Amino acid sequence: MTSRTIPTALDPARARELRREAVDVPVILIGTGTCGLGAGAGAVLEAVRTLPAVQRRGARIVEVGCIGLCALEPMLDVQLPGRARLCFGRVDPGKARTVLDAMLGEGAWPELPLFQFPADGLQAWDGVPAIGDHPFFAPQTRLVLRNCGLIDPRSLDEYRARGGYEQWLRVLAQMTPAELCAEVERSGLRGRGGGGFPAGRKWRFAQETAAERKFLVCNADEGDPGAFMDRAVIEGDPHRLVEGMAIAAYAIGASRAYVYIRAEYPLAIANLSVALDQARQAGYLGRDIAGSGVDLDVVVKKGAGAFVCGEETALILSIEGRRGMPRPRPPFPAVSGLFGCPTVINNVETLANLPELVRIGADGFAALGTAGSKGTKVFALSGKVARTGLVEVEMGTSLADVVHAVGGGVPGGKRFKAVQIGGPSGGCIPAAHLDTPVDYESLKELGAMMGSGGLVVMDEDNCMVDVAKFFMDFIQRESCGKCIPCREGTRHMLEILQAITRHPRSEHGHMALERFQGVVNLEDLAGVIKDASLCGLGMTAPNPVLSTLRWFRDEYEAHIFGRRCPAGVCTELLSYRIDAALCNGCSRCLRECPVDAIVGEPRRPHTIIQERCVACGNCVTACHRDAVLVS
Amino acid sequence: MPRIEANGRTLEARRGETLLETLRRGGIRVPTLCHYEGLPPTGACRLCVVEVDGLPNLVPACSYPVVEGLKVHTHSARAVNARRTIVELLLSNHPDDCLYCARHGNCRLQDLSEELGVRARRLPGTRRHLPRDVSSPAIVRDPDKCVLCGRCVRACQEVQGVAAIDMTGRGSGARVDTAFGEGLNVSSCVNCGQCVMVCPTGALTERSHLDLVEGALRDPALTVVAQVAPAVSVSLAELFGEKPGRDVDGALYALLRRLGFSRVFDTAFAADLTIMEEASELVRRLRDGGPLPMFTSCSPGWVKFVETFYPERIAHLSTCKSPQQMLGAVIKAHFAARAGLEPERVFSVAIMPCTAKKFEAQREEMLEGKLADVDAVLTTRELADLVRRRGLRLGDLAPEPADMPFGRRSGAGKLFGASGGVMEAAIRTAHHLVTGGELADLKVEAVRGLEGVKEARVRLGDLELGVAVVSGLGNARRLLQEIDAGRRDLHFVEVMSCPGGCIGGGGQPIGADPAALGARLQALYRIDGAETVRTAHANPAVRQLYAEFLGEPLGPRSHELLHTHYDARTVLR
Ligand SMILES: Cc1cc2nc3c(=O)[nH]c(=O)nc-3n(C[C@H](O)[C@H](O)[C@H](O)COP(=O)(O)O)c2cc1C
Ligand code: SF4
Ligand code: SF4
Ligand code: SF4
Repeated sequence: MTSRTIPTALDPARARELRREAVDVPVILIGTGTCGLGAGAGAVLEAVRTLPAVQRRGARIVEVGCIGLCALEPMLDVQLPGRARLCFGRVDPGKARTVLDAMLGEGAWPELPLFQFPADGLQAWDGVPAIGDHPFFAPQTRLVLRNCGLIDPRSLDEYRARGGYEQWLRVLAQMTPAELCAEVERSGLRGRGGGGFPAGRKWRFAQETAAERKFLVCNADEGDPGAFMDRAVIEGDPHRLVEGMAIAAYAIGASRAYVYIRAEYPLAIANLSVALDQARQAGYLGRDIAGSGVDLDVVVKKGAGAFVCGEETALILSIEGRRGMPRPRPPFPAVSGLFGCPTVINNVETLANLPELVRIGADGFAALGTAGSKGTKVFALSGKVARTGLVEVEMGTSLADVVHAVGGGVPGGKRFKAVQIGGPSGGCIPAAHLDTPVDYESLKELGAMMGSGGLVVMDEDNCMVDVAKFFMDFIQRESCGKCIPCREGTRHMLEILQAITRHPRSEHGHMALERFQGVVNLEDLAGVIKDASLCGLGMTAPNPVLSTLRWFRDEYEAHIFGRRCPAGVCTELLSYRIDAALCNGCSRCLRECPVDAIVGEPRRPHTIIQERCVACGNCVTACHRDAVLVS
Repeated sequence: MPRIEANGRTLEARRGETLLETLRRGGIRVPTLCHYEGLPPTGACRLCVVEVDGLPNLVPACSYPVVEGLKVHTHSARAVNARRTIVELLLSNHPDDCLYCARHGNCRLQDLSEELGVRARRLPGTRRHLPRDVSSPAIVRDPDKCVLCGRCVRACQEVQGVAAIDMTGRGSGARVDTAFGEGLNVSSCVNCGQCVMVCPTGALTERSHLDLVEGALRDPALTVVAQVAPAVSVSLAELFGEKPGRDVDGALYALLRRLGFSRVFDTAFAADLTIMEEASELVRRLRDGGPLPMFTSCSPGWVKFVETFYPERIAHLSTCKSPQQMLGAVIKAHFAARAGLEPERVFSVAIMPCTAKKFEAQREEMLEGKLADVDAVLTTRELADLVRRRGLRLGDLAPEPADMPFGRRSGAGKLFGASGGVMEAAIRTAHHLVTGGELADLKVEAVRGLEGVKEARVRLGDLELGVAVVSGLGNARRLLQEIDAGRRDLHFVEVMSCPGGCIGGGGQPIGADPAALGARLQALYRIDGAETVRTAHANPAVRQLYAEFLGEPLGPRSHELLHTHYDARTVLR
């Protein structure tokens, strides 16, 4: 096979059209990423397709990826010829019809749009905020997400119209691999997959190791509970990843690259496969790319679905078709990885940073962020916050800005308590430290971790012991079971947390002693697990417990000694009482109690015998009159 | 030569070695659990963790490559605390039934808790209560006692190339299991017992026939006879605290008589018989054109391996039964008649270095509509247990000879105990069959030694044969792959399932090191060298059996009693 001719630069008018800076018919854009579909975008799309107004005006329907404002999904954008694009949130089929009938009919909106996308040559709408002024977007700096939600992820030309593949061709023509490694090292880009290892340095190890074959692997396993940053990037802007991979593969001298992606991401896999086909067709991938003599093929490999397969050595084994189990390092994959060859493994977000990094240059990139953490970071913001979603902020932005400005703070007048950052390897940061800047070192100092980007906001209703228990339970089920500290140690830590939250009446014999000993053992075990585990999973597994112990020790003590859960989450530690004034004696609760702790004559107020109650909470659910009081 | 500093002392390391190797050579003991000489390191158990200056975490010595200038602290408070905690964690869900465990007193977990001074149950834990796997005729698995060191998995996969067992499940549900969690009996397990040999705990043991044998010995209606395999006499003494390599042949017969066996026979006699049949079969195949190469069939693990993984090669297996089964057959068919006993009342016990022999004795073809050739198989280890149960001691007994008519052997028959022995014995006799004369030098050096693969070209008169000797089924698999790929120069291949042959069998003393295997091997060579009769065809007892009873090698009676057939197997993989 000889090299394909790279498509010539787009004609400027066509490019403007592709960027939708000029449209000749109304364009309707619907966010149909996995999150949008989950919120009902599929039905909206169906409704829009059959709408007479749409057909009458010959409107074009474009499916786009996720723009990040999950709380307001499904999203529907309308762009009329000559006018700025408008965005409507929380759309259902009915609202879609109303909006489109109005917009396509008299060119007015029936209800206020969320924001508009101002652009040169397009007339803005009065009274509608620009996207850049919207509180969710204003504090963000979008490098990786810059196209997400704006472009059709299945259109190569839309990506090209926004500068796509220019950097790849430029690098190929103008830089040597060593220069490229040096440039990336100088930019300060660090791995976004959790560890934060300097990307350029990792590349250099591989670049300098002489070998016949080298590999690049993109880690798209994204196993952290609640994380979906990588999915959104691949679904919404897959060519950005492909271009980033091409740049990285060239830097290390790999002519074959893999994307190891969770099988649970069918849409991402589909969009990525389309993008790869298009890139091959256009000659951005393949043999002798753009006549440079450089070859590159990218293969999609579906993951086995285990969290630990995201760990790089386990991931390598999994690609090789073996059981995904971490192995000791050294040797590091950059020296001996896939099939024994030098292999660089980078996270999706790390790679997706590259086109923009190369465009603005090492200095431009390094100008963003803090001394030790450059560029931006994408977070999946969730939990007790008004605007959940996908956010990209400059490194060094304070957590407070993320939670309050971007996220809109804790809803319902509740008190903010903590953010959990870094998922199962991370930790909780209390309100007192909310001014902490988002960077690798500051988070680590507080016992948390940048992790891959999970950011969960917690309020007074969250029990920190329960949070720790959740992650411990996750880890102890997801640990690969190979090494003893992690396999047995995390099981033990979980058992101790279970003992702490167990109902006093279910505690037999020596269990009370174990509960008291538990905290001492928790800290000791945590130390050994961190110190002696084989892979990163074990080494960071105790963090959720240690960080909550550090900042919320009083909550642990309330559970252990006071036998109560201040947040009222640990059901077994609650006490239940029936309000005689509300009870009508229907006996529903009595029938549901597993230990016959409820007594009472029919049609007379019932009572719970506290000595018998095991705090299962069944009566609360059984009662139709909310007469069971919990404290 | 990199130099490192360990606990303040300077140690010379060798390039490419692991930290553990350097430390051990320097006389610094770091405890290990998952590490096993000859198996690839996995760094799983973390017991060998040490502190290295400049590294944030403890590192496992077993898999850490030494580099110049490492500063290591092997017994810092941090490292020792981690190790002790790890052992405590293992003990926390271990069944507390050491007193009832087959490995009591010979258990790595017991040693470790002793060494690390674990004196209290600090970490209470929940038991796993996993079911035992008693489905196999040879091996019993007790997953509750498993510490997941993965040694058995590596032995089965990397050494034996069988992969009947693997790690499955995640987190605290992780365990070693067979395909689909079905029993070992329906897996691809070949019963070699190499997993038992490397298991540090009582999680893997042989299926005991001790009670069965004791019952038979106490049954006045039964005549209990024993046969003893060649490799047992050179390893049994180790189980009574003696150095490897001592031959206790005569004392062993005396011991068996004390235990109540009516007759004690020597399986090496049957090895000679096997050679008569097998050498004849080889010569016939050479004459009739195959199928070649012919594979030996005395190692039952290997036979099952072929049936399972290479059914298309079954025709290459010699049809000869193994010595155990041949002797079993002639005991019931010939000895019983001669001694005026009903065959049904003869209980035939084989004492073997092997777990797969338990499986072989129960193979359907060996039972088909007739009496079992062999009724029970004891491993070397079980024999030692039986001796102790009876309060006997090996050292106390004066040597005695084995019983006739199956008590005489040649040096060649004794060589069956080691890898290469069958080949050497067969060459001696085949040479005689082809040329009518004897080899000038009976010692066939090229097939001796512990290497896993040995090859030679051998002249038998005007024939030149290509022969190969492999031990360890992983090596056998590689050879079969070569043959599949078109290799045509081999005529005769000896395969022993276990590395080193029967001296390294799965029924031998647990935890033997290569040095012990070497000592056992040399003992066998010494015995052969000292025999007056060193070829099977010159064994007068064998000649007599043919004259009186069998007729001639490959004759109809031999065919009926001494040969068998094999079938392809479907197993869960
Ligand atoms: C248990 C475990 C799970 C991991 N999961 C992921 C993952 O889902 N995605 C990811 O990019 N990195 C994951 N990592 C980190 C990878 O091992 C590796 O460090 C990373 O992919 C390197 O890329 P980066 O340098 O670009 O961050 C995981 C690590 C551990 C220990
Ligand atoms: S730390 Fe946990 S996940 Fe990692 S190798 Fe050990 S058991 Fe497996
Ligand atoms: S007996 Fe042999 S084949 Fe069977 S599991 Fe053990 S090592 Fe594998
Ligand atoms: S069965 Fe024995 S050898 Fe196998 S993993 Fe368990 S403890 Fe280790």
